[in-house]
Amino acid sequence: MSDPRILRLRLNGQPLEVSVPPERILLDLLREELNLTGTKRGCDLGTCGCCTVLIDGRPTLSCLTLAHLVAGREITTIEGVTPATGLNPVQKAFVELGATQCGFCTPGFVMTAGALLREHPHPTRQQIADAVSGNLCRCTGYSKILDAITAASRGP
Amino acid sequence: MDPVSTEPKLRLLGGRIPYIEGPLKVSGRAEYTDDIKRPGMLVGRLLRSPHAHARIVSIDVTEARQIPGVHAILTGEKYPTQFGVLPITHDETAIAVEKVRYIGDIVAAVAARDEPTAERALAAVRIVYEPLPEYTDPHVSAEKVASPIHSRGLNGTNIQKEVIQHFGDVDAAVASAAHVVRVRGRFAGVTHAFTEPLVTIAESTPDGRLTVWSATQVPHYLHRALSEVLGIPMHRIRVIKPEVGGGFGGKSDPLPHEIACAALALETGRPVKMLFDREDVFLTNHGRHPTENDVRIATDADGRILAYDIEALIDGGAWSSFGTVTTYYNGVLSMGPYRVPNFRYRGRRVYTNKPPSGAMRAHGGTNIRYSIETAIDELAERLNMDPFDLRERNALPPNSTTVNQFRITSTSFVKCLHAARERSGWDGKHRRLPYGRGIGLGCGFYISGSNSPIHFTPKMPQCTVHLKVDMDGGIAVHSMQADIGQGSNTLMAAIVAEVVGVELDRVHVVRVDSDVSPIDIGSYSSRVTFMMGNATRKAGEAMREQLLHAAALLTGYPTERLEVGLERISVKHRPEVGVSYLEALHKAMERTGALLATGSYTSPPMGGDFKGARAGTAPAYSFGAYVAEVDVDVETGEYRVPKVWAAFDCGRALNRLAVEGQIEGSIHMGLGQVMGESMNYRGSRLLNPALLEYKIPMPQQMPEVECLLVGDADPEGPFGAKEAGEGPLIAILPAVGNALYDALGVRFTDLPITPDRVVRGIEQRTAAHRSWKGA
Repeated sequence: MSDPRILRLRLNGQPLEVSVPPERILLDLLREELNLTGTKRGCDLGTCGCCTVLIDGRPTLSCLTLAHLVAGREITTIEGVTPATGLNPVQKAFVELGATQCGFCTPGFVMTAGALLREHPHPTRQQIADAVSGNLCRCTGYSKILDAITAASRGP
Repeated sequence: MDPVSTEPKLRLLGGRIPYIEGPLKVSGRAEYTDDIKRPGMLVGRLLRSPHAHARIVSIDVTEARQIPGVHAILTGEKYPTQFGVLPITHDETAIAVEKVRYIGDIVAAVAARDEPTAERALAAVRIVYEPLPEYTDPHVSAEKVASPIHSRGLNGTNIQKEVIQHFGDVDAAVASAAHVVRVRGRFAGVTHAFTEPLVTIAESTPDGRLTVWSATQVPHYLHRALSEVLGIPMHRIRVIKPEVGGGFGGKSDPLPHEIACAALALETGRPVKMLFDREDVFLTNHGRHPTENDVRIATDADGRILAYDIEALIDGGAWSSFGTVTTYYNGVLSMGPYRVPNFRYRGRRVYTNKPPSGAMRAHGGTNIRYSIETAIDELAERLNMDPFDLRERNALPPNSTTVNQFRITSTSFVKCLHAARERSGWDGKHRRLPYGRGIGLGCGFYISGSNSPIHFTPKMPQCTVHLKVDMDGGIAVHSMQADIGQGSNTLMAAIVAEVVGVELDRVHVVRVDSDVSPIDIGSYSSRVTFMMGNATRKAGEAMREQLLHAAALLTGYPTERLEVGLERISVKHRPEVGVSYLEALHKAMERTGALLATGSYTSPPMGGDFKGARAGTAPAYSFGAYVAEVDVDVETGEYRVPKVWAAFDCGRALNRLAVEGQIEGSIHMGLGQVMGESMNYRGSRLLNPALLEYKIPMPQQMPEVECLLVGDADPEGPFGAKEAGEGPLIAILPAVGNALYDALGVRFTDLPITPDRVVRGIEQRTAAHRSWKGA
């Protein structure tokens, strides 16, 4: 292991300065060092989408991202999109429409869906399916996930 | 409200109840095992065998042990006690002893301060192997072999289990038959592909106790296996089940790594976490067995089924796991949804040098059902009958007994057939869609909980539920039933709220913890709703009785004049006279403090008196009839399933949101097995141990699903409910296979049906079907 170096970035709206070895993966930094365990480790290979976070607003797989590559960027995790009380509209729709079963993939879907809705406030079902196609879910068959994202796009 | 009804009108149950953990899961706040950190926690890692079948000549860990930061390294001889999920087939060890049986078998376990140190230690372990002949072909394993994989194989073969059953007289029935259809099918192995990898944390403390957190579906079986192998009495072991990220059967065996992790904790006196990567998960497998079925079905001239004659060869991989059950199920779960007066089955499950197969959603009922439903579809063709009519003619009647003495109580199978036929517009589509488009019917049948609880001596209830309520009015619910995402905690809470008459948010389901949770035997065999539901209902009723007695003291009316409403107990027909829930509670607490109540479930006696008679007996059975449409690109062989009509009999659906979720998820998983999922081997080596190479269906591949919940209440199910967790998977596979036949005139008897097989099928279409639908 090489010596840690200082990494500066913005995490969930706050500036962060942290000493990180150069080989550290962003997912490890979040989960193991910063205790932000809402971001899930499903495969470590970029195949499941459970570790999705936003880098400057774009959904990115944190398991394939070196921490130092996000220097100066804005990182948003599931903790950063969850209000202090209650839930955001995507999260509410996921709960109400049964879009989460085991829940392990859910934070990743919430991140991807949030980014989609910022870019396309009223996506078609096909656009939603395409957007979340990098997130695996083995429980729901996706039906209720697509329903929930559609419902969130229509507002309360 | 019906004034004479003693049944409280259902307020929550039967509706759509969002999962109570939902807010935690969508915010990343639900705690899974890998989210837990313990002070001083070490990293546990496993060394796996590169050989499929070899004798371990020597293992030298001297160098590995000297690496700074290595706290312990274990090999097999320290804990050689064999274990396994079935008490009759204990053939696994936590770490391999004397020999290895598949590529991936665990040969050493290390606990170190961090991952790189652990990896360095494993690389420094010196092992000398003496390779043995590898057995990867189940046909070879079924014969006498030079070097059996286990000493327990039948007569020098690798046969782990042979089941031979004959009811009635199959030969006579076949001789008298007007039609006999034979379908031979080969099924690739598939695996669960749950999103949360396997993970365990174990911690041994100076008070002589061992605590284990694990991603498990059956905390109780893990508890037993830990005790047996480690030699620690169960009361000194505490098993905790945090949230579990999916299981589908893959977390139902006690697994070797769970025991190895606990052994490392004992060795080091420190907490140890063992987190699997995806390759580890795939190698652990325990997925659906690669299977070869040979099915003959005989009918009379009117299409009445006379006999089934079934042979199966099942590839079990390296261990027994649930395999004895699999071998029985692959025969006896063909006892429904049709009446089968004569039945013969020979099933053999063999060991091979591959990752072990085990229980996967709709265990034992999926591959055989595909073969049978394909044969039934072919029979309809020969009889020139509509596939719906043929099935309805043979439907198993309610309150009947099968030839192997299964007790059938409720069945709404015919209602399923009618609903699927009508809603899908079948009569206007079957054989009428243009070439390349098709519609198909498949049906299903599954146990609603095994009547025969594994590992249960002395005989005890299969499920117990405890309630505790203190002066705050919150009701804590304790049970070892294992919610793995299917919504059983939500159902348990809703039943309590319904029966006790309180708001749902008063009910708190306590995380499974063997120190406080009464035993339930976990999430498998689609047993939870039926068994936990009944136990919870009884516990709720016991609590309600205490509140009613208190209300009687307060109101001066006898309990039979009182009724429980929402947060209030009042006098029947005089709703203005009554007490609040909290008033009744506080009165009831005057003598004893916090109120306790318990409920349990034991399935009634059933089944015949012959070897293997209990296999497949269940207190109820689910039924299903699915229609699928397919759209095939006849040039490339690719196909889509745009729409599925899923008629399912789960009795009375208690949480429609959850039942739909189970049906939709089952369809996704079943479609995966039809359209492409396959554990691919070159010899003994698994070629695709990753989610990129083992592809589950994408969101774009999911059909629109119309759930048709048409079941009538079951007489023994909680509020009339039956299972909806596994049975919903079964019918989609043959529905798609039969739709492809309708589209192309080609029978696909093997799974998966990949595009190359579709193209080959079209090319090889038999003369009889050459001009199928004008192609």
